[in-house]
Amino acid sequence: MKSILTLIMAASLSVAFTLPALATEHLRLATTTSTENSGLLSVLLPPFEQTNNCQIDVIAVGTGKAIKLGESGDVDVVMVHARSKEDKFIADGYGVDRRDVMYNDFVVLGPVSDPAGVKQTTDIASAMATIAQHHATFVSRGDDSGTHSREKQLWRAAHVTPDGDWYLEAGRGMGEVIIMAGERKGYTLSDRGTYLAFSGKTELKIVSQGDSQLFNPYGVIMVNPLKHPHVKDELAKRFLNFLVSDQAKALITGYRRNGEQLFYVQ
Amino acid sequence: MDYLLESIRAAIELIFAFDQDIQRVVWTSLYTSFCAIALSATLAVPVGVALGLTQFRGRRIVITLLNTLMALPTVVVGLVLFGLFSRQGPLGNLGLLFTPIAMIAGQVVLATPIISNYVLAAVEGCDSRIINTALTLGATPLQANIQLIKEIRFGVMAAIIAGFGRVIGEVGVAMMLGGNIRNSTRTMTTAIALETSKGEFAFGLALGIVLLSVALFVNLFLNLLQQR
Repeated sequence: MKSILTLIMAASLSVAFTLPALATEHLRLATTTSTENSGLLSVLLPPFEQTNNCQIDVIAVGTGKAIKLGESGDVDVVMVHARSKEDKFIADGYGVDRRDVMYNDFVVLGPVSDPAGVKQTTDIASAMATIAQHHATFVSRGDDSGTHSREKQLWRAAHVTPDGDWYLEAGRGMGEVIIMAGERKGYTLSDRGTYLAFSGKTELKIVSQGDSQLFNPYGVIMVNPLKHPHVKDELAKRFLNFLVSDQAKALITGYRRNGEQLFYVQ
Repeated sequence: MDYLLESIRAAIELIFAFDQDIQRVVWTSLYTSFCAIALSATLAVPVGVALGLTQFRGRRIVITLLNTLMALPTVVVGLVLFGLFSRQGPLGNLGLLFTPIAMIAGQVVLATPIISNYVLAAVEGCDSRIINTALTLGATPLQANIQLIKEIRFGVMAAIIAGFGRVIGEVGVAMMLGGNIRNSTRTMTTAIALETSKGEFAFGLALGIVLLSVALFVNLFLNLLQQR
């Protein structure tokens, strides 16, 4: 019995210790795993947190889930990369005040041997078509993320319905999918940032890039305070202004991973 | 082989570097688990004792239900509580989703069936005459029950240790209800999941070793308490 009492005491003490941490204001940001995994947020957020004496709670999920969290009002701000979904989010009245923050691009990764001959293609539609024709292994995110919805767009542009045992729907994050495609010697679609972060951990190389359909813009949207009155609209607005400020732009364009720039601003 | 060796080296470095992030993660894991176990024990020990001592219609059904609940998948608990705590859910106004409190609530749901079952087994395994003996010796019913719990304290401790093991090592509830927020709800297990998703396998495994060491120390500590 005594030990249980000790446990209860220890537990209540620890709660007492964590209470002061709740004093600073918290802003909830739902963003994508690719943004979080890139490491950019750890240099981008601290200056804002310091000047505004707040803490930004980052919840990293796929774009689909991030938007869902915004719709249900469980976060204050969403930062995602799937323009069609963002527009619908705003049109349905859940989000307001969208800003373009930055962009990078998608690349198609494949094994060095390039069994489907993707490197010979000149545009993304024929690259996707040749993968499907050769029934070369392709690992899809399959998780309703921004990358996943872009991949589906690209298949449509190539007039292909991906189906069969060569098409693997992983249902996992970008990094895990790159590792999986590498192990299976298959192809996959990745944002350039995650690929650069993983280039030391996989043997996959870029086999197709540069097509205008691979452009990948990131937008930030505030959750509509009229729909969800508890949204911290003032702090959220300041955060949005910060993200498009010269200070943030310098941080974004100055961010390097393995010596390479990951994100660009307009 | 290199991969494993590297992980172990990274783990040792992590433990001795007293990295702030790691400390915070270990702390979050520990205090949410402790709070959950404290709450869960206050709930589950009386339930286990009551079930062990009384006879009523449907008792076997209740016990079978409790046994089944031990197999509750953590993501299911996460899903149900997510629906409760989300702003659109019935408890949405409290704004508890993605806070340590939500994680603790989920862990209580996970640990309670385990602790009640272990306590129930301990009560059934001990000599049921204790209560009657204590009563004839002039103890009040409450005193008699306390005497019983003293008698089965090893069973109760085993129950708490098993419950603790379940909650500190689980990732489903912590990830879904906590959201893996740095410096707030990131626990050892969600940090491992995050490092794995970043491809930092050695670092993830190193965190796994840290988790095991922490669990070892907690169990040593509980063991010490038990011997007193």
